[in-house]
Amino acid sequence: MGIRFVLLVNKQGQTRLAQYYEHLSLDERRALEGEIVRKCLARTDQQCSFVEHRNYKVVYRRYASLFFLVGVDNDENELAILEFIHLLVETMDRHFGNVCELDIMFHLEKVHFMLEEMVMNGCIVETSKQNILAPIQLMEKTS
Amino acid sequence: MDLSLNPFSSGTRLRDMIRAIRASKTAAEERAVVRRECAAIRAAISDNDQDYRHRNMAKLMFIHMLGYPTHFGQMECLKLIAASGFPEKRIGYLGLTLLLDERQEVLMLVTNSLKQDLNHSNQFIVGLALCALGNICSAEMARDLAPEVERLLQTRDPNTKKKAALCSIRIVRKVPDLAENFMGSAASLLKEKHHGVLISVVQLCTELCKASREALEYLRKHSVEGLVRILRDVSNSSYAPEYDIAGITDPFLHIRVLRLMRTLGQGDADCSEHVNDILAQVATKTESNKNAGNAILYECVETIMGIEATSGLRVLAINILGRFLSNRDNNIRYVALNMLMKAMAVDTLAVQRHRVTILECVKDADVSIRKRALELVYLLVNDTNVKPLTKELVDYLEVSDDDFKEDLTAKICSIVEKFSQDKLWYLDQMFKVLTLTGNFVKDDVWHALIVLISNAPELQGYSVRSLYKALQASGTQESLVRVAVWCIGEYGEMLVNNISMLDVEEPITVTESEAVDALELALKRYSVDVTTRAMCLVALLKLSSRFPQTSKRIQAIVVQNKGNTVLELQQRSIEFNSIIQRHQSIKSSLLERMPVLDEASYLLKRAASSQATVSLTKSAPSAASGGSLKVPNGAVKPPPAPLADLLDLSSDDAPVTTSAPSTAPNDFLQDLLGIGLIDTSTAGGAPSASTDILMDLLSIGSYPVQNGPLATSNISSPGQAVTKHAPGTPQVIDLLDGLSPSTPLPDVNAAYPSITAFQSATLKMTFNFKKQPGKPQETTMHASFTNLTSVTLTNFMFQAAVPKFIQLRLDPASSSTLPASGNGSITQSLSVTNNQHGQKPLAMRIRISYKVNGEERLEQGQISNFPAGL
Repeated sequence: MGIRFVLLVNKQGQTRLAQYYEHLSLDERRALEGEIVRKCLARTDQQCSFVEHRNYKVVYRRYASLFFLVGVDNDENELAILEFIHLLVETMDRHFGNVCELDIMFHLEKVHFMLEEMVMNGCIVETSKQNILAPIQLMEKTS
Repeated sequence: MDLSLNPFSSGTRLRDMIRAIRASKTAAEERAVVRRECAAIRAAISDNDQDYRHRNMAKLMFIHMLGYPTHFGQMECLKLIAASGFPEKRIGYLGLTLLLDERQEVLMLVTNSLKQDLNHSNQFIVGLALCALGNICSAEMARDLAPEVERLLQTRDPNTKKKAALCSIRIVRKVPDLAENFMGSAASLLKEKHHGVLISVVQLCTELCKASREALEYLRKHSVEGLVRILRDVSNSSYAPEYDIAGITDPFLHIRVLRLMRTLGQGDADCSEHVNDILAQVATKTESNKNAGNAILYECVETIMGIEATSGLRVLAINILGRFLSNRDNNIRYVALNMLMKAMAVDTLAVQRHRVTILECVKDADVSIRKRALELVYLLVNDTNVKPLTKELVDYLEVSDDDFKEDLTAKICSIVEKFSQDKLWYLDQMFKVLTLTGNFVKDDVWHALIVLISNAPELQGYSVRSLYKALQASGTQESLVRVAVWCIGEYGEMLVNNISMLDVEEPITVTESEAVDALELALKRYSVDVTTRAMCLVALLKLSSRFPQTSKRIQAIVVQNKGNTVLELQQRSIEFNSIIQRHQSIKSSLLERMPVLDEASYLLKRAASSQATVSLTKSAPSAASGGSLKVPNGAVKPPPAPLADLLDLSSDDAPVTTSAPSTAPNDFLQDLLGIGLIDTSTAGGAPSASTDILMDLLSIGSYPVQNGPLATSNISSPGQAVTKHAPGTPQVIDLLDGLSPSTPLPDVNAAYPSITAFQSATLKMTFNFKKQPGKPQETTMHASFTNLTSVTLTNFMFQAAVPKFIQLRLDPASSSTLPASGNGSITQSLSVTNNQHGQKPLAMRIRISYKVNGEERLEQGQISNFPAGL
């Protein structure tokens, strides 16, 4: 399946975006977010960007005060996922112009739409920023 | 189509809510805001408010993200999806994928809307429906909607095509039978130019290969050329701004194609040959100074390791690996270790060459890298390098941080045991590990250590002295204390008299009272752990016989525990006290050294227990509870013997006939260590046969007069005693019934006649029933199987299933081969607990599988003729 979940968390550990590609109950989600956020936030810059958690890996990357955490299967290419995170950030940057935490909070649904264009069912669908943003821009233009 | 109505510009209330949540200073405030909002949304839902439906949905998504329940909004999603406008549909589908999952029944209701939208004339709406379907579809929906998706794979619009391809992945995963329907179009779509379509289709092909053998063969024939071309095109392509990442065009597509090549080339020489050239090209030409390039190289090396590559290509891959491993970037080193794991299977020597670097990684500051490296070291160990490698790891144990110690300890123990031919070395390493991290050593590991010591008479002296020294140095490591205490108890005189010294050893002077000091200290320090304290008591008792001068002092220590609140310790100390006080004459033979433990049967038992830990710990509750009491004996006789023992004990002056002690090997572990404590709570409630025997054995000395004649009379007519009771109950119980009036007569057993539970042309299965007194819910059944045919049945396996209110435990069968024509049978016992005893009768479904002349057979049935009242 590849990607199991995409999480955006701020420095305080508050979730800012959560998209799961496998079903988890509310309690499981809360526990998982708590555990991995604690694990990832405690790591230093010198340490590698991969954390093994239960039976999968978390690939994470920090942008200013935001942490992007992506849970992947064990056989997934970790370096490629790092690139994917960067692509996601660049896409958001292009749309919002220097994206920040508040942009994501107040336009949660748009970020979801972008993510939906990029990942479906845990697989990467589209890697061109232009193609990802086209439907979103179309919608904004007509409204 | 009406796109003018934007749900997010229609009001500021969503923003207000987010602001209010952000402004909350405490979790309680946030909860209050959310509660208020949820109440408003519920009200709007019950009013069937149309205007703010989408806004409410957006709020719900936010609330859901924060981790609050939002199930009440699920129906709203469906209403939004059913609306005609795009914005409503859009938010409705998003809500659907976020708030619902495939297991909810609401999802059934959406199938129809999805079908309509998949056939919609607007490509965006089709895209929405495909996206939602790809994220949440269930097996039934997959079957219903597969034709639509197949059709959409053929449309002209690339956006629809790529989404249809990914949707097919989900469908194939849910219903693998459908794989063949998709393989043709998947292979032909590889000719597309649009990257989005390509990456989706390549992933679809990978999934098809996993789902169906047939699709794999088909794609091996029809897709390899296309894949080679795609890879060549993207790696040679000139600058493409839209897909460029650090000078490389679309690394994601690279990686997916390489991955599919791995799936296709695995074990297929033809395919592997086709992709050889392009892999070589990618491996040599890809830039490795940026992360994106390294990601491709990483995938490429994995593919080369995975397929039947030429040796030249393999060398190329190994070289890339070496470069990765010496990289300073931690991410790269991490994936290098990952790759080395895979390379182990292909080229062990090449990996061995990097041993020093890998060992360095075990000591890395980063826990992720340490874990990977440790796994790798474990694989690398062989006969020639085990000693230096273990030394490195043990040395590192001293300085590693606490959360890593557990992993490290487990791995070291496992390595040391695997290469334990050199016993002295094994002991030394184990002692070091126990000293450093004894708290993390698992029970089965130190049990194995004790078994080994018991089997190595020439090393027993060395062991007990080393352990004594270690105990003096660090008495806080639980399992070190246990092993040391056991050894001091068994081999105390070797400690004091420096018996069987090795050349490497330095003599130490330990007096008898110092040995007792050590035990006393351990007993008192470990106020928390009952097992260790119980072991201390046993060891002290043994020393009282080894060192007669210390007997008085030991008695004083033992007596201190007479009032202990832990029943186990209280009982032990009272019993041991009476042994020291009143049974001087038999003490020395009672406290003889443990007989040599059977190594082979321990290993066997350990292997079985690692497979079915639960069944093991439960299957021997009687042995376990008895075990704690058997310890002082040091010699347990086979079942018929207790009777003789009883008689010996009952007359205090009679000579003891504990001649050559023979053990019952099955119980020896419990005998040895008295570690059945975990089970005593469960077993205590159900007084079982062996508990009774041993209770009597130990307490009988206090009232020999009453028991003597009784026992004798019973002995004189053992035959009568047996025939008096229902057949099938173990003889021991019957004999003891006469002795201990407290044990209820097993009359209850007679109430349940045995039944023929199952009979077919080949097999007959009968059940005998037994109940523990005072536990009406629990029934022990003995199943016995008879072969009615003239052919031997092999691989025999019996399985049973019961309704929820019943708990079932299957013990291992006596054999897996059933001799022909009823010349023997397989027996297996089952324990059943009927939680609704008295309300519902027992019921059971069974399944028996076996092989006749190598051919698999399966028989199933239901047993409903259980006697009433079970």
